[in-house]
Amino acid sequence: MLKPWLGRAGVLLLPALPTLCALVTTAVLFIAFLLIQGRPAWQAGPLVFEGAFGSLFAWENTLMRAAPLMLTALCVALPARAGLIIIGGEGALVLGGLAAAVTPLWLPALPAWPMLIAMGVASMLAGGLWIGLSGWLRQKRGVNETIGSLLLSYIGLAIFRHLVEGPLRDPNSLNKPSTPPLDSSYQIGVISDSFYVHWGLVAGIVACVLAWVLVRYSVIGFALRVVGGNPRTPRMLGLPVDRLVLLTCVLGGGAAGLAGMFEVSAVQGSANTALISGYGTAGILVAFAARHNPLAIIACAILLGGLEASGGLLQRRLGLPDATTLILQGMLFINLLAWETLTRRTGDWRLWLRGHWIAAPRAGLEEKGETSHG
Amino acid sequence: MVESDLSIFLLALLAGAIRVGTPFLFVSLGECLTEKGGRINLGLEGILVTGAMTGYAVSYLSGSPWLGVLAAGGAGLCLGLVHGVICSLPRVNDIAFGIALILFGTGLAFFLGKDFIQPSAPMLPSIPLGGWSDDTRVRSALNVNVLFFIGVALAFVLHWGLRGTRWGLVLRLVGDHEDSAQALGYRAAGVRIVATGVGGFLAGVGGAYLSLYYPGSWNEGLSSGQGLMAVALVIFARWQPINCLWAALLFGAAGAVGPALQAIGIGWGYYLFNAIPYVLTLAVMVITCRPDRTLSGAPGELSLNR
Repeated sequence: MLKPWLGRAGVLLLPALPTLCALVTTAVLFIAFLLIQGRPAWQAGPLVFEGAFGSLFAWENTLMRAAPLMLTALCVALPARAGLIIIGGEGALVLGGLAAAVTPLWLPALPAWPMLIAMGVASMLAGGLWIGLSGWLRQKRGVNETIGSLLLSYIGLAIFRHLVEGPLRDPNSLNKPSTPPLDSSYQIGVISDSFYVHWGLVAGIVACVLAWVLVRYSVIGFALRVVGGNPRTPRMLGLPVDRLVLLTCVLGGGAAGLAGMFEVSAVQGSANTALISGYGTAGILVAFAARHNPLAIIACAILLGGLEASGGLLQRRLGLPDATTLILQGMLFINLLAWETLTRRTGDWRLWLRGHWIAAPRAGLEEKGETSHG
Repeated sequence: MVESDLSIFLLALLAGAIRVGTPFLFVSLGECLTEKGGRINLGLEGILVTGAMTGYAVSYLSGSPWLGVLAAGGAGLCLGLVHGVICSLPRVNDIAFGIALILFGTGLAFFLGKDFIQPSAPMLPSIPLGGWSDDTRVRSALNVNVLFFIGVALAFVLHWGLRGTRWGLVLRLVGDHEDSAQALGYRAAGVRIVATGVGGFLAGVGGAYLSLYYPGSWNEGLSSGQGLMAVALVIFARWQPINCLWAALLFGAAGAVGPALQAIGIGWGYYLFNAIPYVLTLAVMVITCRPDRTLSGAPGELSLNR
């Protein structure tokens, strides 16, 4: 018989066990991968940390990348609540960015705030429409949403490239085709001069919290849990499945579109191909790492943002290619999913821990629970 | 003049159907095999990129493009086996794992392939079928790569194999009804791992075609989603290897529209025309899929149909 507090800590830590295992395995595999090639593996680990969180500048860099990741992760996580795997966030992001960039061109001159709101709405409409289309195709036509959303994303990227390099191109943008630059009053600044991160971070956190309230406390969130859990029950209950699925897709797409708007108005200053930088793809990883929990997305987005931010440092100091962070992300994703298999057992282990380590007097009761689960 | 433009366009389309369609053919045959076993591997996109890099690197280092093709297949086999084994663990979602494999495969290829972007590797040979014509354009259009013929033969072999051999029947049984297969004493997981591994091998070969024949170089923008389109293509082909051949040719032709238009001097809407395969894929899925029933010919255990 071991100490009860050990058992209690075990019970608390059990849900995090798959994630912890994934993190450890990823680190081991990554170091092994570098060692096999004779690269400086032991310096890489601390350098990832230094590049991500080692200084104020690193933090700013990390959070700047985390902001769009939070929004694109919502594009995966919200539909996932209804049982859909949507991976087309990249298309929604660039179309949202494009919509935001052209709004000031097509509207009469407005003060900064109304214009920014109009740009935000336009970007969310564009993104929401794009992902909503995937959801609609799945519900009404039976088109698999994973493939459908990705194809739509490719189509969205093609439309974006066509418009930015063709009809909407600013003739003055010579070597980097762009839409006409935003008026400086329509550009979103940083939170403070001593904290050089744009307001997209606040928008991302607010969006995640709102999404969390939606899925956790609202009636819609409860209905979503039923829809995501089983395809037949909600229909028997008379839940409007199609509308719920569509709602999550539109909201998720809207979030991704908003990420595009912040990239345009706070980072790029116009819509150009620099928008296609993989935030949509990385958002998939963030959402899966967070198990589609909107609050956990905030933390995971910061972690992954840090990972991406450290890429530059790895490149400069160790001469590792810029794909290093990509491979690290891939390993992490693979491990997260593979260790998910532990969740089958964690329930049993939890009962066992309770029975053997914590509540010796109540052991009889727990054993009953255990046998009924076995 | 207009007539010759049209004939050039059609010729370019025909040549493109074969040239652009060959990687589609290999990847879709691989995916077809995997899906017949009841599993879906979206990671073939990542495997394709890894295969392209491996094939190019080995061809450059060894001087033999065929060794490159084999190595690419081997790399694909390894990644396919990873997918097969890990997705055999309970509670691992094969679609999500495929997405992870795309990320990993692409990362691996970009990381290891950094040094091979500049040098030029020996290319795969092609068979000149246009010797009868005096027109150089016809000749170049009828230069068909050997891998295409291998792919066509493979489609027929798989068609026969799935119907007429014990292996094929076991695979289909596992894919259609796992419980029956278990009852007969076949281990579903093992069969699926093998099918996913072989599927990965074929996708790797498809990747080697990209880097060693057409477009014929290794760079980070080499693949444009062929691996994922192949998944849709298999649905379109109703899980029949021979239909995969026709579908691959159709997709190849669709992918060749953009370059073919450029060949006759139409530069407008280059990106839009390059998106035709995606639009075609989506259109095909909208037409063939129905929300209320599974498709005829679909393996019963496929998570795609749930």
